[in-house]
Amino acid sequence: MIPTQFEYVAAKSLDEALSLLGKHKDDAKLLAGGHSLIPAMKLRLAQPQVLIDISRIKDLSYIREEKGQVRIGSMTTHYQIESSDLLRRICPLLPETATHLGDVQVRNKGTIGGSLAHSDPAADWPAAVLALDAEIVVAGPKGERAIKADKFFVDLLTTALEQGEILREVRFNTPQGTVGQSYVKVRHPASGFAVVGVAVNLSVNGGKCQSAGVGITGVAPKAYRASGVEKALQGNALDAKTLSVAAAHASDGVDANTDLFASGEYRRHLAEVYTRRALGTAVSRAK
Amino acid sequence: MKTKINVTVNGVSHQGEVEPRMLLVHYLRDALNLTGTHIGCETSLCGACTVLVDGLAVKSCTLFAVQLDGSKVTTIEGLAAEGKLHPVQEGFWEHHGLQCGYCTPGMIMTAAQILERNPDPSDEEIRHGLEGNLCRCTGYQHIVQAVQCAAKKMKSKTAVAR
Repeated sequence: MIPTQFEYVAAKSLDEALSLLGKHKDDAKLLAGGHSLIPAMKLRLAQPQVLIDISRIKDLSYIREEKGQVRIGSMTTHYQIESSDLLRRICPLLPETATHLGDVQVRNKGTIGGSLAHSDPAADWPAAVLALDAEIVVAGPKGERAIKADKFFVDLLTTALEQGEILREVRFNTPQGTVGQSYVKVRHPASGFAVVGVAVNLSVNGGKCQSAGVGITGVAPKAYRASGVEKALQGNALDAKTLSVAAAHASDGVDANTDLFASGEYRRHLAEVYTRRALGTAVSRAK
Repeated sequence: MKTKINVTVNGVSHQGEVEPRMLLVHYLRDALNLTGTHIGCETSLCGACTVLVDGLAVKSCTLFAVQLDGSKVTTIEGLAAEGKLHPVQEGFWEHHGLQCGYCTPGMIMTAAQILERNPDPSDEEIRHGLEGNLCRCTGYQHIVQAVQCAAKKMKSKTAVAR
């Protein structure tokens, strides 16, 4: 369980990290919390020649709200999100998602940016950022660009990040008005990853659904927005029947994963049941 | 190529050169002879290697020693202040929160973190907090009792201090 040899550089700023990445290109990997990368390096699935540590860049670790937007720096740890009073107040979906993630030690070290950039098909954060219709801000040699969450996850372990780019921030509009959110998950008993995880972000007006964001992880090679569910909710009274009808669209058009733990068919079934539960919980919390 | 690091472990400053690929757990055990931190699964699942880095419980098998330049580390050897056992250690002793003892150092380090964040946890909160620490002997019952006992000891201590 010893990785291959590599050179280690701790970047002090985002600019320094970008220039190191530009210099070493494919030979380098960025090190954030390391809780996806280091296990892969120990198995020698990843063998970078240079490791650029960006976890100590102070300006990449923050949670703030300004001008109606919530901004979270990419090196913010899962624990910082779990314990954020600001987020508990204005977007409880994120702290709730964090409590489902790994364990105490992993949450102390792992970062939201690292997890999103790794894009594990069973990771928890992708579901939440999809439900929030977040933008992923990346910095690159040619400046910055913002990528919508549903365009960011491209395929299994593949994102829209290009060579030389660094995930800098996650941002989304502060949920306004009467909001109900929830994250529910079928946890793999050994790994703790999501067999199925459903994140819901509802805005409610007079008992009717004004807008809905539903993100689902664990089911397909990449996390996705369940737009069929969202459409079935939009403008409708949020009663048990609407939620059931909507949840039936949870895996529309999705090629579900089959593995030793769960068949594709079983995952689709779980996706529907857990979407219904997540919606029910979100509606009961809407106030 | 070796890299210079400066790490304070249990209050003692250590300067040394490490290969970047050296894991923290190997640095603690092999370079500093602090063998109280155990190597269990080596895949960041079992928690036997848990130590505190700058006050945060982390799995030392999933960190490189070079990442810790300038950091403060507490291992199981450094938990007892001035030779007096930490309340969590006393709790594990009194309630026999172990059988073989292999997971115990990691359990104690994580439990200390849980109680620092939540001085009055329910049994369920303790179990949730210890999800990253596996014990294959006890069935966890005595471990939860040990942590509850430590919580009571810590509370009565703060009450006395006031």
